[in-house]
Amino acid sequence: MVTARQAAETVMDPELPVLTLAELGVLRDVRETEGVVVVSITPTYTGCPAIEAMREDLRARLREEGYPRVEVRTVLDPPWTTDWISAAGREKLRAAGIAPPGAAPRPGAVDLGPIRRVVRCPRCDSADTVELSPFGSTACKALHRCRRCLEPFERVKEI
Amino acid sequence: MTSLTSESTESVESADLAAYCLMLGDDALIMSHRLQEWCARAPEIEEEVALANIALDLLGQARLLLTMAGEAEGAGRDEDRLAFFREAAEFRNVRFTETTGDFAVAMTGLLVFATWRLAVFGGLTRSRDAGLAAVAKKAVKELAYHRDHAAQWVVRLGDGTDVSHRRAQLAWDSILAGAAELLHAHPVELRMAAAGIGVDPATARPELEQVLAQVAAAATLRHRQLPEPPRGGTGRYGEHSAAMPALLGELQSVARAHPEATW
Repeated sequence: MVTARQAAETVMDPELPVLTLAELGVLRDVRETEGVVVVSITPTYTGCPAIEAMREDLRARLREEGYPRVEVRTVLDPPWTTDWISAAGREKLRAAGIAPPGAAPRPGAVDLGPIRRVVRCPRCDSADTVELSPFGSTACKALHRCRRCLEPFERVKEI
Repeated sequence: MTSLTSESTESVESADLAAYCLMLGDDALIMSHRLQEWCARAPEIEEEVALANIALDLLGQARLLLTMAGEAEGAGRDEDRLAFFREAAEFRNVRFTETTGDFAVAMTGLLVFATWRLAVFGGLTRSRDAGLAAVAKKAVKELAYHRDHAAQWVVRLGDGTDVSHRRAQLAWDSILAGAAELLHAHPVELRMAAAGIGVDPATARPELEQVLAQVAAAATLRHRQLPEPPRGGTGRYGEHSAAMPALLGELQSVARAHPEATW
């Protein structure tokens, strides 16, 4: 029988389905007390609507593995950072055509941009890429284009 | 929604905490709604995605804060009840968030709002209330890039063509004329600040002035210091602009037409 933690660690992120919640760093804690599995997750962004789907997916997977009583808690502190995406997670993002984030920025003075950052194309590895928009299809991604292979791609943006 | 209010606030009047969370939550909710109105109206599709993302962050902040307000109030009102079933006079958002206008007005308004809120929430990360501190620690990261996104647009518009410069200056003047309200401290905010739980919004002035001067200079816009805040009669007291009922009419229409709907 798999442990509750092992079961929870296999659940995929609903919006980046190549990564598990553990690899994304949003799975913060799994513990079992008196027959109840308490899973703590943290949202990537405050308004991220995927948190509801994560809750459902965790409950369903744990039920399949023989843990019918599950409580999923949301914790906010410490706040999620892309620095928590594991090395394996970053490699999987790249393989799926999504550029992984660089080091998270420290909040500071107003940035009048444009922000200069070397982002390598996840398809052809060229550094000759351009940011089309700092906002993308989900709260956690920006939109880029590669000038060498001409393909558009997304990047998980640093936070 | 998870329970977020902490035990450290027991000694403080829970009515004050509820009122304070409502102020911060309503600011985010109304600002989010105004940004959502840009969907299908922004100058380029990428900008619609950007403003929708920023609106989503603020909506997330509003949900957490309204949930906390309902818990502190203890009358069984949840985030939806508070967002969708109050009348204009019961809202405590600053009137500033109700402002509407062209794209330059929207970006200048977002710049001022995000800079002010970032300064206030920076102080809130040290709140004695663990729930408020947790919301603030998450929100400051988001507010920092909201501010930078708006600042970059203001520079692009101000330091752009003759037409964009003229409209950016008009936007700057009209937004700044209403921004002093943000620095007015309501008695609830002062009591929360004295208790080490909240932040006196007047303390945001130096950071706000510094950022606005920097952005105005880069954008080649004429800038004057913010006037003294009004002594009262602001949105914090439930006194809103004439635009508020229509804004709420749209924001609340689906929830009121189908009060028990779930999907």
